[in-house]
Amino acid sequence: MDRREFTIKVVSPALFTLSLFLIWEAVCRLFHVPLTILPAASDVFAALWRYRAPIADNSLVTLWTTLAGFGIATAFGMALGIAVGWHRALYAGIYPVLVGFNSIPKVAVVPVLILWFGLGEVPAIMTAFLISFFPIVVNVATGLATTEPELEDVLRALGASKLDIMRKVGIPRSLPYFFGSLKVAITLAFVGSVVSETVGANKGIGKLMLDAQSAFQVPIVFAGLLVLAVLGIVLYAMTALIEQHFTRWAFRSQANF
Amino acid sequence: MTTAALVRLDRVSMAYGRGDAAIHAVEQVSLEIHKGEFIAVVGPSGCGKSSLLRLISGLHPPLAGILTVEGKPVAGPIKSVGMVFQNSNLLPWRKVVDNVLLPLEIVEPHRSRIRRERRSYREKSIELLESVGLSGFTEKFPWQLSGGMQQRASICRALIHEPEILMLDEPFGALDAFTREDLWCLLRDLQAARAVTVMLVTHDLREAVFLADTVYVMSNRPGRIVKRLDVSIGRPRDIEVTYSTEFQAIVHELRGLIGRTVESVVEPD
Repeated sequence: MDRREFTIKVVSPALFTLSLFLIWEAVCRLFHVPLTILPAASDVFAALWRYRAPIADNSLVTLWTTLAGFGIATAFGMALGIAVGWHRALYAGIYPVLVGFNSIPKVAVVPVLILWFGLGEVPAIMTAFLISFFPIVVNVATGLATTEPELEDVLRALGASKLDIMRKVGIPRSLPYFFGSLKVAITLAFVGSVVSETVGANKGIGKLMLDAQSAFQVPIVFAGLLVLAVLGIVLYAMTALIEQHFTRWAFRSQANF
Repeated sequence: MTTAALVRLDRVSMAYGRGDAAIHAVEQVSLEIHKGEFIAVVGPSGCGKSSLLRLISGLHPPLAGILTVEGKPVAGPIKSVGMVFQNSNLLPWRKVVDNVLLPLEIVEPHRSRIRRERRSYREKSIELLESVGLSGFTEKFPWQLSGGMQQRASICRALIHEPEILMLDEPFGALDAFTREDLWCLLRDLQAARAVTVMLVTHDLREAVFLADTVYVMSNRPGRIVKRLDVSIGRPRDIEVTYSTEFQAIVHELRGLIGRTVESVVEPD
């Protein structure tokens, strides 16, 4: 990384984030905002440090449920996406149901999940899964459906079966779509698990924030939000890295071969 | 030619769609392609040239008539065909050499061998790529190649499994005039060296006359063959031949057969 790139990729986001916190701090101090409305950035960091043990403990639970839900969503989404992209009749048949299902606010499903699985990690995992598989299905199916007909002709003229065409053309071609959707899905999975935890759970960041709120421990609530944001960035960056690694050919302008 | 025809079409028609809504693309076409022959099909755009190619390669079934390849009726895609389209259609995630290997991963007997003999197959495709002037580009990705080079690689992909027929659908349509002439010569030499049968679909009359033994002219949709013309210019043909009066005369004759385009939209009073 040369100096110019370092400035763009490291210095500029760091500066921007830092100034955001500084403005936050300044606003709170200048206008004497009460602690129970909006604690200053310094108060939030203080709470974060002071309650680091329970926060870390609960964060790990949320991280685990999110990743578990995301993992299931990835496997299921890819399989369903391939099935839907395989045949037009399947596409036409499943699509409306999928859209309808996706339109249901997942927060409304959580009580049902708790009823079925009880309080614990399972409803959070399920909610993370339910909320995040849709973009994966849609993207994989789109990648398959938009395969150039000439590309298929080249293979069909050789006597390739549908499975051959899928393996050699369809699936590799839809990988950029798939990995692109993972970036969306991972953040959605987070939303899912935290929503589920705030509706009903015995552990997790969502549960911690809910408890802190009822005890008027507003700095802890914000500390929880901060942790969620950081975890979200880390997981997003990880999926983006995986994406770049596997679909370098689709990022030709940035790649240096 | 006295040899038995490799491909034979006897009053073959073809349509897209069914019933009244069907669009007739090819109507009552009869022609024969002999082993080692180079035929070209020319005609106005949308006349069904490409449909004819899809028909013979078995990608689309005929509506009526008899279509045989090597004496057998065509029921599905025939494996002994290699195809080249206007777009090179190389897979962007595969290196050039791996793109050329693709047909070998599909067609038997190579399909079951390629896993074990990948190295020798790889060498074979590198050799082929070198023979078309792509040495040094075999390990590049398609988008790192110019349009002309991509089309060279695409031709290699069509030839690697040693098909009986090479089908070219306006293969040089997207290239500039000089690159196009280079590739004409490449195709001429490949065909001479490998004695492969070629069917070229084009709207470039000079291309057709320069390369083909026989030129078929198709009429507007639904496509019928209105003329079969033997190109009597001797081989090997040099690009210089395209400036000869004999050559020009044939091109001129073909142009007359294609029919008048609308020369002025506004009718004079």
